[in-house]
Amino acid sequence: MIAGRIWKLGDNISTDLIMPGHSVYLPEEERLRFVFQATRPGWAKNVRPGDLIVAGSNFGTGSSRPAPLSFRSLGIACLLADSITDLFYRNCVSFGLLALECPGVAQAFEEDQTAEVSLEDFTVRNRTTGRILQAARVPERLVQLMVGGGVFPLLESEGLVGPADPTEASPGNTRANPSPSVI
Amino acid sequence: MGKTIIEKILARAAGGRSVAPGDAFVVDVDIAVLIDSNFFPVYWREIRKVADPKKIVVVFDHRIPAPDRASARAHAVGREFVKRFGIERFHDVGPDQGISHVIAAEWGYALPGSLLVCSDSHTGSVGAFNCAGRGIGGADVVYAAITGETWFRMRPTIRYDIVGKLRPEVVSKDVFLSLAHTYGDHRQDNVEFGGPALADLSLDARRTISTMATELNAGFVVFEPDDLLIEYVRKRNPSPFEPQWPDPDATYKDRRVVDLSAMEPLVALPDAIIGNVVPVGQAAGEPIQQAFIGSCANGSFDDLEIAARVLAGHRVAAGVRLLITPASQAIYRQALKAGLIEVFTEAGAIVTSASCGVCAGGHLGVLGPNETCITASTRNLKGRMGDPTACIYMASPATVAASAIAGAIAHPGEFIGNMPS
Repeated sequence: MIAGRIWKLGDNISTDLIMPGHSVYLPEEERLRFVFQATRPGWAKNVRPGDLIVAGSNFGTGSSRPAPLSFRSLGIACLLADSITDLFYRNCVSFGLLALECPGVAQAFEEDQTAEVSLEDFTVRNRTTGRILQAARVPERLVQLMVGGGVFPLLESEGLVGPADPTEASPGNTRANPSPSVI
Repeated sequence: MGKTIIEKILARAAGGRSVAPGDAFVVDVDIAVLIDSNFFPVYWREIRKVADPKKIVVVFDHRIPAPDRASARAHAVGREFVKRFGIERFHDVGPDQGISHVIAAEWGYALPGSLLVCSDSHTGSVGAFNCAGRGIGGADVVYAAITGETWFRMRPTIRYDIVGKLRPEVVSKDVFLSLAHTYGDHRQDNVEFGGPALADLSLDARRTISTMATELNAGFVVFEPDDLLIEYVRKRNPSPFEPQWPDPDATYKDRRVVDLSAMEPLVALPDAIIGNVVPVGQAAGEPIQQAFIGSCANGSFDDLEIAARVLAGHRVAAGVRLLITPASQAIYRQALKAGLIEVFTEAGAIVTSASCGVCAGGHLGVLGPNETCITASTRNLKGRMGDPTACIYMASPATVAASAIAGAIAHPGEFIGNMPS
């Protein structure tokens, strides 16, 4: 089970808000400073590894940039949203961020409440209110990619790509990215 | 049960398996397009094998010419990748360069009936060519280049039948804004365009709509093929292809008629498109500091031509920067020969080389605090083109050009209404 404090976000959260265009190619540490700079300045400083995000519909709309990497680098344990755009969802799979679509989740949580997520039956529980919601089930293979760092570690294990550069924020470079705390 | 165009293309790519809405399935990729962004450390790992170098296209478009050392290094990594695997379809900075989706069109890589992937979110652009294209992100496009495969979730299809005829001051960007206004969020459903008025829309006009469909939150978007398209593709690519039409009894989630005759110039107010579109008149008079015409959506010859028709004989207002980006060097040359570049520069506009720079707020024309811009490009999201306090209005190239002359948002009709087309 995954459990943690939640940050509540709204509908239509775009990748331009998560990873502004001018920040995409910056070194990781600098890039993270700009996460939600336009809407919640200082957010990245207050996030703790193991926190979760709860959001409304259409999460991740916009550019294909690897915005899930920034959440992963900050240690976000799971993204829960009423709906997630196809492109953002597949970037969660391929770059390694646990993300579940859970209709009604935004309405069921307030900021700072604690969420519990089960990857066995894909239920989401609000520990504060006791309310339980059913998230969409995700095929085992996709869950493995999301929690295992995405497609690069997989390709590396098959000898198809080289190792991550430990000095860079390479995709799948788990050494540079702390694993989310799993309780 | 009959199939839509997208269901047919994806069924073929899935090896003949029937795919129904709801299914997740693996497909063979016909073309994987890599762009310069993919070679930055945030995306890249050294690739040791590719499935088929002939099915890979490499285009530098996001950060060109290299504005900084990090970009120069990424470009070097890309050139090394091209060399290592003998990739012939390489569009480096030079005469054959352009924005990747436009290159896919100009060089006939987007074959009717085929499946094309790229990391970039506007890859649906190639749908105007009856080609199923989708942005799949930087990691999955590397996976596709290596294995020749990717995966999708099948969605239902919404069908649009286009009828009627556009007025002179109304262009396909207004058609898109009208769809956004009338139908809103498409929630990842696939979209198919056809109908009797398709023949009156140029391929450039169709490409604006297919590119912008991403901003409707559409999934795949495809247009029906016609003679205009097939002739265009045959001139550019000798490879055989199989255009796909929908079955007469195809199952659609919804079927909608779009009447071009009823359209007027529209503008999206800052920060969002869906739920945020008004007739130009309602925003008219809003002062601007920057105006932009370009991007994969609005850097075509058609776009430049209508902008030139508005700008001819006028000057850009004092205090306004008008930036124009032809979407490829080929379009740039075509515009030069047609006299459009002269019109732009005489009017006081700046013409840039082909890149995603201004649209993506990357390394060109970045907006400062509290500035207002009107743009004919792909997005007006908060912070998209620079400072998060900047306001970005979105409209057609005609409306943007008219606004640049007026120094404030303006209707293009007064500049274009009496001109011969």
